[in-house]
Amino acid sequence: MNTDPAPHRYRVVVNRAETPDTSTLTLRPVDAPLPAFLPGQFAMLYAFGIGEIPVSVSGRCGAGGLMHTVRAVGAVSRAVHDCPPGGFLGVRGPFGRPWTLPAPRDADVVVVAGGLGLAPLHPLVRHLRDHRVRYRSVAVLIGARTPDDLLYRAEYRRWRADGLDVRVTVDRPLPGWNGATGLVTALLTGLRPQPGRCAGYVCGPEVMMRPVVRSLATIGMPTSRVELSLERNMQCGTGHCGHCQLGPLFVCRDGPVVPATAAENLLAVREL
Amino acid sequence: MFQLPDLDGLFAALHADGYRIVGPTVSAGAIVLAELDRPAHLPYGVRVETAPGHYRLRPGPARQAFTHTAGPQAWKEFLQPSPERLWRGTRDDEGFRVDAAEEPPRPTALLGVRPCDLRALGILDGVLGDGERYARRRAASLVIAVDCTEPGEACFCVSAGGGPAARSGFDIGLVERPDGGYLARAATDRGTDLLARLAAPEASDVEVTTARKAVDEAAARMGRRLPEVDLRDLLTRHRTDDTYWSAIAERCLACANCTMVCPTCFCARVTDVTDLTGEHAERWQRADSCFDPDFSYVHGGPVRSSTGARYRQWISHKFATWHDQFGGSGCVGCGRCVVWCPVGIDITAELHALAQRDRS
Amino acid sequence: MATEPARPSLAVWKFASCDGCQLTLLDCGDALLTLAARLHIAAFPEASSMIEPGPYDVSLVEGSITTEEDAARIRDIRARSTLLVAIGACATAGGIQALRDLADVDEFRAQVYPHPEYVRSLATATPISAHVPVDLELHGCPIDRGQLVEVLGALLAGRKPDLPVHSVCAQCKARGTPCLPVVAGVPCLGPVTRAGCGALCPAYGRGCFGCFGPVERPNTRALVALLRHQGMSPADIGRVFRTYTATTAQFRAAAEEGARS
Repeated sequence: MNTDPAPHRYRVVVNRAETPDTSTLTLRPVDAPLPAFLPGQFAMLYAFGIGEIPVSVSGRCGAGGLMHTVRAVGAVSRAVHDCPPGGFLGVRGPFGRPWTLPAPRDADVVVVAGGLGLAPLHPLVRHLRDHRVRYRSVAVLIGARTPDDLLYRAEYRRWRADGLDVRVTVDRPLPGWNGATGLVTALLTGLRPQPGRCAGYVCGPEVMMRPVVRSLATIGMPTSRVELSLERNMQCGTGHCGHCQLGPLFVCRDGPVVPATAAENLLAVREL
Repeated sequence: MFQLPDLDGLFAALHADGYRIVGPTVSAGAIVLAELDRPAHLPYGVRVETAPGHYRLRPGPARQAFTHTAGPQAWKEFLQPSPERLWRGTRDDEGFRVDAAEEPPRPTALLGVRPCDLRALGILDGVLGDGERYARRRAASLVIAVDCTEPGEACFCVSAGGGPAARSGFDIGLVERPDGGYLARAATDRGTDLLARLAAPEASDVEVTTARKAVDEAAARMGRRLPEVDLRDLLTRHRTDDTYWSAIAERCLACANCTMVCPTCFCARVTDVTDLTGEHAERWQRADSCFDPDFSYVHGGPVRSSTGARYRQWISHKFATWHDQFGGSGCVGCGRCVVWCPVGIDITAELHALAQRDRS
Repeated sequence: MATEPARPSLAVWKFASCDGCQLTLLDCGDALLTLAARLHIAAFPEASSMIEPGPYDVSLVEGSITTEEDAARIRDIRARSTLLVAIGACATAGGIQALRDLADVDEFRAQVYPHPEYVRSLATATPISAHVPVDLELHGCPIDRGQLVEVLGALLAGRKPDLPVHSVCAQCKARGTPCLPVVAGVPCLGPVTRAGCGALCPAYGRGCFGCFGPVERPNTRALVALLRHQGMSPADIGRVFRTYTATTAQFRAAAEEGARS
């Protein structure tokens, strides 16, 4: 675990707008690069003089560079979101537990993403595409508030071409939307994962995750085969500051990816 | 065991080795921890009267300096000081330059660590020991424990798994005698070297037995005890017992006094600051509390917005989830949280009430 | 000066108040020089009679609204300000003068002025936020100089100012002041009062007076019970909550609860 409190400098090489308030930044190290990140792990991104926020890796995670998708909601995330190519950010990490990969050979894999929750799943989807032949089926279910809030929308066509079953739904359709409307759980219809050989990966708003886990169970995917990525107030990244506790878990260290079996009981307790 | 007529020799030896000595002393109506120049600064002739929400200095044995418990500070202040600058940075052509260099920690002798606080140091080592700053400070610390012969009204170390005698985790262990002399034992090479330089005579068997007896008897005089049930299981089963938690919330001020005086509470937050030119930035770490409204903040608001949920987090962390995280309880039974709660919420009484509720 | 147009403009305004908060700005020492170099002070009647018409990037507003004219003036200032920061107990909670909200203003007027008929004022003294949207509030009577510099520095840097939301108790601990109610039975409003002053009064053996106003969700009921236990009379408990921020919902309720015996 890297407990160095000082950030490493990275230069922004690309800043691509994903939605009106969300962009994806590609970063290259200026100093010695941090160790490689694994899909599901997160970094603390620092905007000089403004502050630091936790952001999952959402694409490239090698030692040579990093990709992060950031939504502008506060002062720090806005500064990171707005950082132009050529600008500098500080990075600490990698932190936390990654997605368990690969999934079992010949498994039926179901990925469920709500809103910005697709960002930490993006490098996992990349793995599934690269190793598609390894699995029996791969479904990627994506929900968002509106069609404009869908992340990486230009890539869905390529994912489908590579053999992924990509299904998309929105809460509120906009003119020109021909896709599904409603909850992401409705997209599970027709999927029949083999209970003994399957894997589920879920990330989205907390209100979404428990219903998704239950719905996965009803189509035959045991909760023991599902992983969730959680969000809490991560500050230090190393289990020393105490802010991200969820019952027995330090989400920064024992998460953000946790087995659904562990998370389900904890998320059921109000204000835990 | 060696005999020391007083602490003068020990102070001189520590100062000669370059240690600053931190220990108990009287200030602002309480026995606080501060840097001490000489033994006379120790709280001789003072004892404390404690109860839930109540702490008063009273006249005590004139020749003894360690007849007190549950002061308003814990040793963590010297191992994880608050506030502390983690690094500073300056804007430059390559974005910014970060300087995380820190002064090497000053060798510090922690004098008068009670056995409960000794266990607390061990617990903190398990929580923060893999952090470089903490580890460096800890390595630069020399621990001088003093066994407890005067437990207080709020003490419950015995039922928290400890006792009035220091067992391990110290360099030198002392027992204070009513005549103001000390019996000293070393538990490390550093402690052995120090004691050897004091050329202290060996204590007789009778002296050792008498001192041991005073410490052993203290075990029977604890003011409080924890319920003899599996607290981890009790708290886990009652975490959705909302009526219970909201009843505590009626009394709790959420002032965070309990967490700030607790010798094992370690939570901290960081703040990024800039100077007015915007060219210099710093990151500071400060002690934080799970009772702070912002503590569990995620986008949209705090996870634990009610006081009941915050109290539950605190007590459950100490007695239940600490086991999951660090392999034991987070409470050493020092009684500080009982004493320093302005409205006198007594953690042992709350656990007894919950155990009672569980039975009925 | 070549950099002049890039400097954010600052205006400082006074309403019903004692001037203590805006003078805090002049009391900032070296920080004032740096601020003056980085900000363009466009209006500060207390310091200079030159008042530019705006618009202003930041307006600091002191005082409460006590007349019809002031109610109109604050709307005008709001319209000309990008960010409006209310500073001090008067601007954030009505201040001492809001005590009149709890009594008969006409009677006060008749007792104080020989010709009360010349005095025109509203029946209440209300905080700025009761009239216009406020972007940020700095509490205290007076405000804390360090907090003011922090807010201006944060605005310049584009970051969130580091303003504590916890109670005074945390600052007593940071300062090493043993808890006064515990060591001396001294009545103290610290546990229900917003931090920011650095726990000044308790460091000198005086219980907190509550001048920074209530924390967001204070448990004043529990504190009232403690004050009673410490021997304070119902009348006195009512009074301790009726000072600088008497008309805030939290302290108004506490005063009513406390005054019941």
